[in-house]
Amino acid sequence: MSFWEFANPVRFNRLATRTLPWLAGATALCLGIGLIWGFFFTPDDYQQGSTVKIIYIHVPSAMMAINAWFMMFATSLVWLIRRHHVSALAARAAAPIGAVMTLIALFTGAIWGQPMWGTYWEWDPRLTSFMVLFIFYLGYIALWEAIEDPDKAADLTAVLCMVGSVFAALSRWAVQFWNQGLHQGASLSLDKEENVADVFYFPLLVCLAGFVLLFVTLVVLRTRTEIRARRAMALMQREGEHSA
Amino acid sequence: MIDLGPYGFYVLSAYGVTLTLIAALVLQSVRRSEKVRIELEALEARRGRTPRG
Repeated sequence: MSFWEFANPVRFNRLATRTLPWLAGATALCLGIGLIWGFFFTPDDYQQGSTVKIIYIHVPSAMMAINAWFMMFATSLVWLIRRHHVSALAARAAAPIGAVMTLIALFTGAIWGQPMWGTYWEWDPRLTSFMVLFIFYLGYIALWEAIEDPDKAADLTAVLCMVGSVFAALSRWAVQFWNQGLHQGASLSLDKEENVADVFYFPLLVCLAGFVLLFVTLVVLRTRTEIRARRAMALMQREGEHSA
Repeated sequence: MIDLGPYGFYVLSAYGVTLTLIAALVLQSVRRSEKVRIELEALEARRGRTPRG
């Protein structure tokens, strides 16, 4: 079976309906285990005290905030090149999830920053690029709502997504290459020596899996909704034409 | 209840806001999904067609 067969809205919705209960169950399990493990069963850090527990929500939400935009970039590209409606609707479905993830990352970062850095906010390049990413999310959502013609909206939002990808990339790699400002280096690395200690690392991995599953579940659910809404709109237009 | 030391307010605020935002997002997604499904089924029924997907 080719991957492109899921560009068929009916086939996508059938698959979504079959997989959603499993995805939702796996999400609840991973998030439940990860957050309870991290919050209740990990020790305080010798420098950060109990604020280290914020890592279990800040790192996964920041990761998903950036990766949601990359997913939107990929699906927008598919829309622009192959004109598959499902891919445009998947990008639209992912935007509010990405916006919420960005907001969580900004808030938890600020609330951690006050006791550790002595300030809620600093115009640090890494923090600022994340704030700009959040504004791009809001702009993207607003653009979809503002344009009535769905194909035109998909075209324009896809272009906006391409532009915003610069900030998503900046937010993703700024932690590594921008050595100024307050934000410390990445908490996770493929190099084990650079990672946080194992006692924090394993619950963090479970939380990361939980946030990825949450994102996938919500994107599938919301894409199915967008496909149905598009179909309902088409039917209403046809009814309007017949009654006119 | 675990002892969060002097940072209890910060940790609990971070978790509280995060869980509230996630719950709101999930709730909004599920409610809109149901609303659109019911609307589409009503439209399909009016046209005498079986709902697709």
